[in-house]
Amino acid sequence: MKRKGNLSRLKEKGIELFFFSNGILAIIILIGIFYLLLSEGLPTFNEVSLKEFLTSTRWNPASYSEPSYGILSLIVSTLLVTIGSLIFSVPLGIACAAYLAEVANPKVREVLKPVIEILAGIPSVVIGFLGIVLVGPMIAKVFNLSNGLNAINGSILLGIMALPTIISISEDAISAVPEKYKEASLALGTNRWHTLVKVTIPAALSGIIAAIMLGMGRAIGETMAVLMATGNAPAFPASIFDSVRTMTATIAVELGEVPYNTPHYYSLFAIGLVLFIMTFIVNLISDIVLHKYGEGQ
Amino acid sequence: MKIDDLKQKIGFGILRLSVLVIILILGIILYDIISKGIGVIDWGFITKAPKDGMTAGGIWPAIVGTSLVTLITAVVAVPLGVFAAIYLNEYANQGKITRLIRMAIRNLAGVPSIVYGLFGLAFFVNILGLGTSVLSAGLTLGLMTLPVTITASEEALKSVPDSYRRGALALGASKWYSIRTNVLPHAIPGILTGTILGLARAAGETAPILFTGAAFSLPFLPNELTEMLSRQFMALPYHLYIMATQHHDIAKVKPLAYGTALVLIILVLFMNLIAILLRFWLRKKKE
Repeated sequence: MKRKGNLSRLKEKGIELFFFSNGILAIIILIGIFYLLLSEGLPTFNEVSLKEFLTSTRWNPASYSEPSYGILSLIVSTLLVTIGSLIFSVPLGIACAAYLAEVANPKVREVLKPVIEILAGIPSVVIGFLGIVLVGPMIAKVFNLSNGLNAINGSILLGIMALPTIISISEDAISAVPEKYKEASLALGTNRWHTLVKVTIPAALSGIIAAIMLGMGRAIGETMAVLMATGNAPAFPASIFDSVRTMTATIAVELGEVPYNTPHYYSLFAIGLVLFIMTFIVNLISDIVLHKYGEGQ
Repeated sequence: MKIDDLKQKIGFGILRLSVLVIILILGIILYDIISKGIGVIDWGFITKAPKDGMTAGGIWPAIVGTSLVTLITAVVAVPLGVFAAIYLNEYANQGKITRLIRMAIRNLAGVPSIVYGLFGLAFFVNILGLGTSVLSAGLTLGLMTLPVTITASEEALKSVPDSYRRGALALGASKWYSIRTNVLPHAIPGILTGTILGLARAAGETAPILFTGAAFSLPFLPNELTEMLSRQFMALPYHLYIMATQHHDIAKVKPLAYGTALVLIILVLFMNLIAILLRFWLRKKKE
């Protein structure tokens, strides 16, 4: 009887260990991604200094006579379309979240939530395709350009794709504001709009900021839509009507054509490394903000 | 007081308007794809391979390829996700390691898809020597989907009342037995809902399969499954990308591209619909 007890305890321990190993898998994968990006990306710096890599605007690793590996134009392009996308997705997303959380009646909410989920479900390659055949020609017509494949096209598409993230996390944050805050405000004689703007949204601000950060992380890392719709010119952008090429698009376009283990190949992994670090920092900040806010409740 | 009322009217009006704008955006997207894609889709388009440099024929190999790679994604992501969630919700105590795991999961969810593509190329294609194949692409997508399946499964497990666990334990059942017979069966619909949403996203992804296995064109399919797994494959999202960007005659392939986009959207939205219905049914059952 005692033997059997020990055996089953051993079995339980084994089962727990099995699940534990699956639990730490996430950490292993994250470290694995980082390690591989490092080991495949670092050889780049035998060819070019880190300073030049990050501050030179000349990206031409395929050149036979004088290859150059400066990614500043790519970083600036990425930030340009990202910030452009946030300019309209942030106000629109927060307004929609506020409506869902505070104004809409439950039935309307039940209908609207799947609508936003559908928007989130549309593949980025489809959005990129529409950027070529629908949004691009529209931009070209409105602004009288020869073609509409430029930074502003990418910004519009990225904004659409960031919307569901911003809406759903902001809505959670606004809904989580304790009822007593609103009741106190209403009891003082203010109306619902005043309460929303002066009490509820400020109280939910940390969650909303986290939502914006996550939307931004999505936009920085998005590949297909910007690859298809921004025109892919790896030069320093002078305006939002210029063709640009983001970091993600550069990897996507060039990696298919380079031979393995060449300086050009390594440099694309180095871009991946920079991208990974950028999104990691953005995610970490939103994580910390969200965590703080979770404890504050 | 009157002015405040006016302010509220205008304010709520703006909020309503912003919701309408979002619905309008979705409406335009769906209307454009459906109205221009529907005329292309017929039996031949679904069941034939592309021909004449993609200007004619159908998308059958891409449908098969997308289904196969999504299946592999599910085989990787679902069990690993559920096991990890069981650890986090049933076994883990709220220590440093648990916090670290949760942080890693949230960060994995934010890693750009193209970076998963780089990882897949370096690890599955080169280090493990699987080559550019359905298997490499499916494994890459599987890792990408893992954070979604873990989070969804954990939510589902969390919603199972504690009394279920305690009831079984009080009767002398072991912990694993109580999880297996009392907790998991109640969590499965919720787990399914979340994982289907994750798989729908994976089915529409392009960047992670760009260099891990997607092929420009593949006129016929291998017969043997093992051979199929070790070969490159056509996928709907990649096929759409190629037609929209790499083709010399965009006007000629544009209708077919719309048809492909519509099939892809139908596939993804169908999976979404199943998840939404499942959740709806689940909530009804609980009430």
